[in-house]
Parts: sequence; C-alpha cells; structure tokens
Amino acid sequence: MNFLIRFTVSKLLHLMLLLAAVAVLTFLLVSVSPIDPIDAYVGAARRVTMTDEQRALIAQRWGLDQPLITRFIRWLGQLLQGNLGESMTYHQSVAAVIATRFQASLWLMALAWLFSGVFGSTLGILAGATAGSWCDRLIRLYAYTLSSAPVFWIALLLLVIFSVNWQITPICCATPPGVLLQDVTLWQRLHHLILPALTLSVIGIGSLALHTREKLVEILQSNYALFARAQGETTTGIVLHHGLRNVALPALTLQFVGLSELFGGSVLTEKVFGYPGLGDATVQAAIRSDVPLLVGIVFFSAIFVFAGNTLADLSYRLIDPRIRIGGIER
Amino acid sequence: MLTVQNLSVSFTQYDTGLTQKQLTVITDLDLHVNAREVVAVVGSSGSGKSLLAHAVLGILPHNAQISGTILFKGEPLTRQRQASLRGKAIALIPQSISYLDPLMPVGRQVHQAARRAGVATTDIRQRVDHTFSRYELASTVKQQYPFQVSGGMARRVLVATAAVGQADLIIADEPTPGLHPDLVAETLNHLRQLASAGKGVILITHDLEAALQVADKVAVFYAGTTLEIAIAEDFVNGNLRHPYTQALWRSLPQNEFIPVPGAQPNPDALPDGCLFSDRCPLVTDACLTERPSLRLVRGAPVRCIHAEG
Amino acid sequence: MKLSMPAIANPRSRLQGFSLNNRRSRTLLLIALCLVVLGVLLLGTYLIGQAGLDIALSSRNQPPSFAHPFGTDWLGRDMFSRTLHGLSLSLWIGLLTASVSAVIALAIGTLSATLGGKVDAAITWLIDVALSLPHLVLIILVAFAAGGGVRGLLLAIIITHWMSLARLLRAEVLQLKSSDYVQLSSKLGRSPLWIARHHLLPHLLPQFLVGLILLFPHAILHEAGLTFLGLGLPPEIPAIGIILSESMRYLSAGYWWLAVLPGVVLLMAVQAFDILGQSVRALLDPKTSQG
Repeated sequence: MNFLIRFTVSKLLHLMLLLAAVAVLTFLLVSVSPIDPIDAYVGAARRVTMTDEQRALIAQRWGLDQPLITRFIRWLGQLLQGNLGESMTYHQSVAAVIATRFQASLWLMALAWLFSGVFGSTLGILAGATAGSWCDRLIRLYAYTLSSAPVFWIALLLLVIFSVNWQITPICCATPPGVLLQDVTLWQRLHHLILPALTLSVIGIGSLALHTREKLVEILQSNYALFARAQGETTTGIVLHHGLRNVALPALTLQFVGLSELFGGSVLTEKVFGYPGLGDATVQAAIRSDVPLLVGIVFFSAIFVFAGNTLADLSYRLIDPRIRIGGIER
Repeated sequence: MLTVQNLSVSFTQYDTGLTQKQLTVITDLDLHVNAREVVAVVGSSGSGKSLLAHAVLGILPHNAQISGTILFKGEPLTRQRQASLRGKAIALIPQSISYLDPLMPVGRQVHQAARRAGVATTDIRQRVDHTFSRYELASTVKQQYPFQVSGGMARRVLVATAAVGQADLIIADEPTPGLHPDLVAETLNHLRQLASAGKGVILITHDLEAALQVADKVAVFYAGTTLEIAIAEDFVNGNLRHPYTQALWRSLPQNEFIPVPGAQPNPDALPDGCLFSDRCPLVTDACLTERPSLRLVRGAPVRCIHAEG
Repeated sequence: MKLSMPAIANPRSRLQGFSLNNRRSRTLLLIALCLVVLGVLLLGTYLIGQAGLDIALSSRNQPPSFAHPFGTDWLGRDMFSRTLHGLSLSLWIGLLTASVSAVIALAIGTLSATLGGKVDAAITWLIDVALSLPHLVLIILVAFAAGGGVRGLLLAIIITHWMSLARLLRAEVLQLKSSDYVQLSSKLGRSPLWIARHHLLPHLLPQFLVGLILLFPHAILHEAGLTFLGLGLPPEIPAIGIILSESMRYLSAGYWWLAVLPGVVLLMAVQAFDILGQSVRALLDPKTSQG
C-alpha cells in the first residue's frame, strides 16, 4: 500500500514535469510557426477582404499583440485551469473534441492492441521454440515485412481485398451512412472496426513477435532451460513450463510501451478509413491550422504515452516476484 | 555403471567477419564410474569438466560434434537412450541457483523434477515433502522464489531436485563454488550418502581439496583430456603417477603451496604432442611428437610416457 | 581454372571460399543485392526518363499489362514510371534527411557524453521529452510549426530522427570513456584528441554507419506517411505518398493497381535498407549473429 502511494506520487510528479516541458516545447514551436493564426482562422476567402482594423481587433482579443513571455504565461494560466481553448475546426471546446474523438479511437486502439498482443506473442513463441527451422524463418520474414510495411498501404491493401473485391466490410467510417455514432449497434460498430483494427494491429505484431522470439530464444539458452533439459524435459515442455512464464512479462511491457506507436499509427489508419477518431482530428487540426486543438492533442498524446510507460513499469512491480517481494530494482 | 572412452567434443564457431572455425574442447577423454562410488573429476576451468557432464546427458548445443564411446550400464548411450534416461536414470546437480527458473517457486521446481523423473502423479506430493524434510528444508521454503533462498538452502534445493527421483547416476557439476567450508562439507556429505545408497556419483570440481574429502577416485582433467585417474589414497601415499597431478597436490595450501607454473593451453592452440608438455618438468623430445595414450601404471590409468611402475 | 589447388597448411587462417552455405558469403551477397536494388530505385529514373509520365487519354485506367506492368492511371500515365519517379524522389529525401539527422545524432551524442554534467543532463532530458510524444504526432507538430510544405517536411524528418541514435552513441562513448584502455591512454598522457582519433572513432564509426543505414527506412516511411496525410509534399510533386493518397479516390472503382503495386515497391525499398543495415551490422559484429 505504502509502495503504491509512493509510486503514484512520484509518477504524478514526473508527469507534471513532463507536461511542463511539453508545454514549453509546443509553445515555442507554435510561436515560431510562419502560419498566421488569424489567416488560418478566417480562411482564404475572407483573408483578402478583411481590413487591418478587423485584423488588429482579433489579434488584440487573442492577445497576439503581447510579447512572447506574457502570452506564454497567459496561456499557461488558462491551461492550468483546464481550459484548452476552442477548436476552430469543430466549433467546440478542445476538451470536448478530444473526449468524443478519443472514445472512438479507444475502441479501435483497444481492439488493435488485443489483436497484435495475441498474434504477435503467439507467432513469437512459435518462432522462438523452433528457432532456426523453416517455420521460424517464415515467421521472421513475415514479422520483418510487417514491421517495415507502411501502415497506410496495408490499409489500402485490406480495403482492396475485403471491401472492394469481396465486399464483406465497409469501405469507410465508423457507422453506416446516415447513422449517428450513438445510435449504432454493437454489431455495426465491430463491422466497421474490423479492418481498421487489423491494419493498426500490424504495427505491433512484427515487433512483438520478434521481441518475444528473441526473449524465448534467450530463455531456451538459459541455465534453467538447460537444467530442465538435463532433467529430461522436451523443448515443448520447457516452453510450456518455463518459456510462457518468463516471456509473459516482457511481452506485456512491450505492448504497453507500444501504445506510443499505436497512437501514431491510428493517425494514418483513421485517415485511410475515414474513421472519426483522434488521429483523424490530428490531421484536420494540422491542415486547418487549428492550433488549440493540435496543442491539446499533443498534450493528450503525451499523457497517453506516459500512461503506457507507467503501466509497463507497474506491471513489472506488481508481477515480477523479484521486485514485488524482493524489492530489487531493475 | 558409466564408462567414457576416447571422448572428443568440438564446436563450430563464427569468428570476426563471419568466418567459420572448428574448436576442439575435449580430446580423448576417459572416465569410469561404478555404483556406490564417488569419482571426482578435477581440473581448472576450461579443462572440459562441465562439457563432459553435458555430453553424458546429451545436452550439448547443436554446433557440437561428438566422437568416442559412452557406455551406461554396459550399453552404448545413444541419443535416443540419453533422451529417455536423462532426469530418470541419470540426474544432474547444477552449480548454482541460476539453474532454477527465477519466476517459479522452488517447491514447484522440485515437483517438476519429480514429474520429469517419472514419479507417478499421485506420489509426487509425498515424494517432494519427503525430500524436503530429508534435506531439512522447511515446507515454507516451497513457496519461496530462487532469489529468496539463502546460499545453504539453495544447495539443498539443488541436491533435492536430483534426489527426488530414482537416478542411478548423479552428476554434480561444481556443487561447492565459493561456499563456506561448513556448507562444502554438508554438500559433499549429501553426495557421499547418495553413493552409499547405491548410486554412482560424479563430482565435478576445480577444488582438489574438497574432492579428496569425499572421493574414492580422482580423475584429473587437463585441456580436455584425462591425464590420470588416481585412487584417493594415492595422494597421501605419494603414489601419484602424472607430473601434473603431483604438481596439483603440491600446490595445496597444507602441502608446499607452490602454484603450478604456466597456464593451460587454449583449445585453438593445443600442442601437437602431450598436452601438458609445455609446462612439464620431465619433458623430452618424445613428448613433443606424439600424444601419449592412457596406460595402466601401478594399477591406475595415466597418460604419461615417463610414469613408471 | 585449375581443379587442383595447393593444400594450405593451416586451415584456420585460410580465407573461406565463396559458398552459399557460408554465412559470410551469404551476408556479402545480401549486401550486394540490396545495393543493386537501391541503386536501381535511386538512379533508375535517369534511365527511363520522363517518357512514361506523359498524359495519354486513350489508354486510361488500364490494368497491369506487358506494356504497362503497373497499369495506367486516370490520365493514362504509366504507373510504373510514376512509381519509379515518385519512389526515387522519396528515397532521395529519405537519404538526405536521415543523413543530416544522423550527423546531428553523432554531434549531440558525443558532445553530451564528453562534456557531461549539466549539458549532458539537459540533452538527456530533451531526448526524453521528445521521445515522450508519439513519433508521428511530433513530426506533424514540427511540420506544422515549420509552415508545412517541402520545408516543413524536411525539417520535421530531420528534427525528429536523431534521438535514439544520439542516445545509443552517447552510451557507447560513455562506455568507451570508462574502459580500461582509454583510462590507461589518458594516464599515459595522450591528448583527448589522440584518444578520440585512436580509440573512440574506430568503435563509434561502425555504430554510426549501421545507425545511419537503419535510419533511412524510418525517414522514408515517415516522409511517405506525412505526404500521404497531406501534410508533406504538395500534390504537384508526384512523391510516393501522393501517388498512394491519390489512389484512394479510385479504390471503389476497382483500380487496385494504383495503390497495391507502388506500395509493394516502397515496401521493397524499405526492406532493402533494413536488410542492408542488419547485414552490415552482422558483418561488423560477429556477436550479434552467432547461432
């Protein structure tokens, strides 16, 4: 219990420091940007017709006439009150956009995470147990190919096969045409999720399979595997009794750490499938120079990645007996 | 019970720039072990001691090539026979706790050893309990992970993994490295008891002193070959045959405490003649041309042309 | 060639003959193969010229055939030529950005390790912060901040790819610095420059080379991805990302070749770089390739 409190406090402190750093970084980046936020806001058509007075008025209202440091402090003050600003693209508060968008993305990422975890570790264990055989070679080739394949191309490939040729999956979006997200049935939802989730899972499968394989090969060469063999255990027996036990934790950790790449991959996947998630919003924010939304998403993604890393850390501390009981730091 | 004749083991390895090379680590090695007997295999590290154990159990890595004969109970130990006998008729006591699964409680691992040894499923529990009390291990130790058990307890757990089955031949690979003398005595005592119960025991060690406490015979290994298989009494009676064995004996603290000068040759730079020739005080031209064969001198095998009857 | 070869006294020192069963030969062959593939992809456009890029409305939307191995697009342009041109552009951008990024990594990594103290702490912290965002999000942020377009793309790829390599090189230098022979050289009065020249460079260079090669595929994929999203190269520059992005409009019409085949070649290029990097690493360091 004591440990959990200490862990939480230290992680929260870390998160605060990290967010402060991200705040400085993004603010600096956005302020050096040559893109004029007012131009971006009013759009190309009105840019020409707008008078200088109107422009100055907007600049004043947004505090753009103030020096950099004042703007930063003002912005930080807003941020600390939890006010991320208004999204110009969606005409909603940034927090609301992120909340609804992330909900959609969460389905996608959770499903992809599960897919890649199951497929990746299974393939990795198979390859590791048969290291050097044709089965291992085949799986490794597959994993290498997957991990160097562009996500958006995999998405196109799956669309061509399943949606265009066989027409068994929808070609876009999270819902059938004309149906709102809140009215959609579970079956419709999964039907629209299956291809994007498969695509997104591809990112994790390759690296997880290769990592699990390496780990299992290492385990099979360990002293305790040798001893099990000396006791008459077969390779299958060693994998079942010692391999799975020792491979589970590193695989789980990698899956948590991999949330970072999953987030990045969701940007590309959602773009291809027109899936209305956070990744799609990221692209929209960047294209339309929706600075508050882009900054909000940057913050959110930092927290998301941090959560993944913390879960990885925590799973070691809660599961590995050497740390859980022995208190041995890695 | 076990006879090893002319055993050779070599490895294929990759060098810088991925060129292949062949490395011979055991050449013409001989050993003989009877039931109720503790045979110590003594040699410095790199002399091929542990590899002998792995060769007998058939658990050498894939890039190893073996030649020579290994007989167990009079019949050749083929790959198939090794696979069916290891853990059951032949058991290994490993050198350290790193041979136990770090994420599995030790009780469970002794349990696994019993299952692998072919103990009937219904009897395993009782056998494990019995073995634990036999080696004075509290039953709470069963739930502990390897990193939690103390050094002395770890030794007993390792011995227990071999004793829980019904093996006839027990190979203890360096079971007393850097242990407190009391623990060394205790571990050796356990081995003696196993031999008294009718098993053959091979004690692999670099510690001649420890070996002499318990062994009936001492096989001296050097650079992957057997130089001499002496009877334990030969050491105290000054009846040793090989100059290396004599030098080893003299190097003990309670004797003259003179270290053997020079170093064991590397497996990739073995001399053409007698493997000990470059350090031998008795070396002659004849030693440099041909490797001496094992011959009986005063009732024990020795690999030296200068040993006299 | 004579069949009888003179016996060589010491087989260990003999260079092994070329054979596919030999790992060294296989690795060298693989490296040569990758170099050929990449050479063709990088320079192939000079050989085929601009001819295939002409609009030919008479032969629009044709599936792959002997005349057009990758088919034609909605303007009748030969997709094979377009793919080669687009990919070649993407590869050159990848090579350029990754190289600059790797040089930054080398400079920052070694500086961080040699200067130590506050500089080291600050750099390590900066790397941590940069790696705490999803890579693609960081790329989008930087591309946006740099004003998008070609400039935004180049800057975004350069600025976001040096971190991992810098971290690796920093660790390597730190390890070398504490190694016995460097400590000894320093005690013997060798100048830091002499040590850097004789001890650090020979160890760092292979690491740097492998790191550089392995950066290429990342840079290429991220360039293609960013362009695909519409945040990189503008549509009038026919990079591979643009080609794939355009193909999306024709997917439901059944023109599968527009998307599938260019992607295959992109995948091949990325894999060629990956294999090249792994092979060079295996050749330089036998430890990683045992077994």
